[in-house]
Amino acid sequence: MVAAIKRPGWTRAILGAIAFGAFGFGLVVALRAISGLPIYQTEQTGYPHIIVPAITAPLGFLAGLGCFDYWLRWAVGAPTIPDDHSQHGAKTWKDYFHFNTDHKVIGVQYVCTTFFFFFVGGLMAMLIRAELAQPGTQIVDAATYNSLFSTHAVLMIFVFVIPVFAGLANYVLPLMIGAPDMAFPRLNALSFWMLPLAGLLFIGSFLCPGGAFDAGWTGYAPLSTGAPLGQSFFNLGVQFAGASSIATALNFLVTIITMRAPGMTFWRMPLLVWANLSTSLLVVAATPFIAGVQFMVLFDRALHTNFFDFAAGGDVISYQHIFWFYSHPAVYIMILPGFGIISEVISTHARKPIFGYRLMALALIGIVVLSYSVWAHHMFVAGMFSWLRVPMMITTLLIAVPTGIKIFSWLGTLYFGKIHTYSTAMLFALAFIVTFTIGGISGVMLGMVPIDIHVSDTYFIVAHIHFVLFGGSVFTIFAGVYHWFPKMTGRMYDERLGRVHFWGTLVGTWGTFVPMHWVGMDGMPRRVADYAEQFGEWNLLISVFAFILGAVQLVFLYNMVTSWRYGPRAEANPWRANSIEWQVSSPPPIFNFDEIPRVVGGPYEFGIPGAKHAIMTSEGAEVPAAEPSVVGTGS
Amino acid sequence: MYGRLPIVKMLLATIAMTVVISAVMVSINWDGQEASTAAPKIDDLLNVMIVLSSFVFSLVMVMLFYALYKFRAKPGDESDGEPIHGNTRLEIAWTLIPTIIVLFGAGYSWKVLADIEEKQADHVTVDVFSQQYAWSFAYPGKGYVWKEGEFHVPVNRQIQFKMHAQDVIHSFWVPEWRIKKDNVPGITTTALVTPDKEGTYQLICTELCGFGHATMRAKVVVESEAKWEKWVDGLKQKTPEPLMESVKQDTQVNPAGLDAGGA
Repeated sequence: MVAAIKRPGWTRAILGAIAFGAFGFGLVVALRAISGLPIYQTEQTGYPHIIVPAITAPLGFLAGLGCFDYWLRWAVGAPTIPDDHSQHGAKTWKDYFHFNTDHKVIGVQYVCTTFFFFFVGGLMAMLIRAELAQPGTQIVDAATYNSLFSTHAVLMIFVFVIPVFAGLANYVLPLMIGAPDMAFPRLNALSFWMLPLAGLLFIGSFLCPGGAFDAGWTGYAPLSTGAPLGQSFFNLGVQFAGASSIATALNFLVTIITMRAPGMTFWRMPLLVWANLSTSLLVVAATPFIAGVQFMVLFDRALHTNFFDFAAGGDVISYQHIFWFYSHPAVYIMILPGFGIISEVISTHARKPIFGYRLMALALIGIVVLSYSVWAHHMFVAGMFSWLRVPMMITTLLIAVPTGIKIFSWLGTLYFGKIHTYSTAMLFALAFIVTFTIGGISGVMLGMVPIDIHVSDTYFIVAHIHFVLFGGSVFTIFAGVYHWFPKMTGRMYDERLGRVHFWGTLVGTWGTFVPMHWVGMDGMPRRVADYAEQFGEWNLLISVFAFILGAVQLVFLYNMVTSWRYGPRAEANPWRANSIEWQVSSPPPIFNFDEIPRVVGGPYEFGIPGAKHAIMTSEGAEVPAAEPSVVGTGS
Repeated sequence: MYGRLPIVKMLLATIAMTVVISAVMVSINWDGQEASTAAPKIDDLLNVMIVLSSFVFSLVMVMLFYALYKFRAKPGDESDGEPIHGNTRLEIAWTLIPTIIVLFGAGYSWKVLADIEEKQADHVTVDVFSQQYAWSFAYPGKGYVWKEGEFHVPVNRQIQFKMHAQDVIHSFWVPEWRIKKDNVPGITTTALVTPDKEGTYQLICTELCGFGHATMRAKVVVESEAKWEKWVDGLKQKTPEPLMESVKQDTQVNPAGLDAGGA
């Protein structure tokens, strides 16, 4: 028992959470008692005796799990334990549930955790569509409905789309650039473990008096500053998800800049690496803004700082400026890594070099720069100073140009290629081009102030964001998961089930989100549990397609689980790709490479006789890939 | 080196597809009834964008499906495609042409925005008050007479709405007028609209404001000026004191000289 307490792990983590939580609770109670205040403050925006433990208990959990052990010993001058690599790599499935510094283990941890939240958020979407199938309220009341769509969005954005890309890149990116691991493996592990905590805080808010947070994922003040306790859980969950994002982005930046294999110049990096470089530049500079603004809301709620209280001189609209200064770049945080995935998949399966590789990389950087100058297009009707609208409209429309470059370059890549469509990854990549084009077109329309005035805050917006986030980001995520599944698990997935999943998802996506444009333009506002009779039939149709879309995700889940367990063994390079991760075994050896590869050419030199991207051994001779030294699959 | 593409045929296919999609899409009245002078202008802009978007979409579809038709690998073909790395002229084209399209769209939108927000001297002012979950309205030109849940305005006169929120943000939307503006606590926001069809419409709250958001509606009546005068003169109740406070205290968010009048 004592040994279990001293050793980092789950026992110590749970004890740590309890101890730190009790400390936080005791601190509040003691300070309030000393100050002569009532011990428990239970205004709905108060509850310090719950908020403070909600901060300290997760920290105690992280400490107990061992996230800080090495650093703390070093910081207090205690002798550090020599690293025996016992926390690196997974030997059994149990290792995936512990603090682990191997980027491949962390990548798998990320992807599985985020998909768990994807299915939870998806269930909420099903409830939402069940409620909206008919006008009037049938299944949930209006307040619960508000909680449902708020948590649905928050789970999907903060603990699915953003981190699943970090997870996929965590696995693939160090291999791609020929690095043995990420630059900061311990920070990488900490980044991962903050994520389930964020998700638990979001979901845990359902237990709060007054229900889960219900002010939308945007949490506009003053609705959020006066909302029940659940809102504070949102404010705190965003801190953990945000800190996780920022730390990972720093890790990616340092890894990409300093740990590329010899010979891998910037112009020889695969576009997935370019994409994650761009994304990380956005995250490190933009994410602190949402962390800041959620702290301001929390302080307004718990400490009465009055940042957004108009009666005390606060400025209501400033919330939206700070929020969107993060949250517009955030939409590119949610799509740029996907652009990278699509480039890898299309080039490989069309057996063609990427068309206009340098312009593709520069387009990513162009999007990064422009995305900081478009935030107020979310506020055309918000009552902000009117002169800002036209400049923001112009930058918003201009951002379609680099995005268009990417679409046309992917299409160009297909020409004179040998297109293989047997892989589900390629199907999702091709469908992504079409659906994302639709989302981009509606985005351009929304960027135009007069059109936006009419359709802002209607179902047109819901249609647009789901076309770019589901038809866009989630399609790229599926493409990425299918593409690297053999590499990550060492097994092949079932292409037949993959095609069922693909066609169901495609039909479900279009059937669900296309009609939403129409009802929105015709007068149906968003975020309503009840709506006018005239929209009843369309909404029933939307719900039916939404249920198809939801059900077909179970096929995906079944395919992933059974293929991981029983699928045929994957060879090192089933797609005949060029980039380095495919030149090592599936799954890769525990330290990735016996010898750091040397990069001698671009990553997409298909069709050029004798062209090589990387030489894997110092002799330059072909040596058969080593047997996997680690079973990373739980099989 | 490699075969030529049937560029002319692809372009013709794109144009044909654009014509078909645009014809269908433009023939449908997406935004519903038009009942203000702004509505046809916004709908025209939308239709122009639909045509341009149909072109872009058709181009992408023709490019994609021709590639899938022509360059599919034969079963068992393990060879690679042609090692083409790019084409500078093509890349310049698909950078410049979209830039021109979006800048045209921006210029056109700017003009429409300026048109619909042009202030007229003889406008009627209505104060809008919103709170969870009710709307009320006052007429400053008539000694701030006040009515809850319903307002009337004269047809073919420009109306300036001055909006005040008492608790959280609400948003004022009459779909038939194509006009929307948030009501923000602490500040006065404004919107201009010239209704040009008599009738009864619905005012919808479009900013999430709490559990009653979905049902926060009000009745809008557009009628002849004579009938409107009579209706307003029939109102007896004055604006309650707490609401008058926000008329006096709310600040204008737009610095003087920058306010185009509408926003």
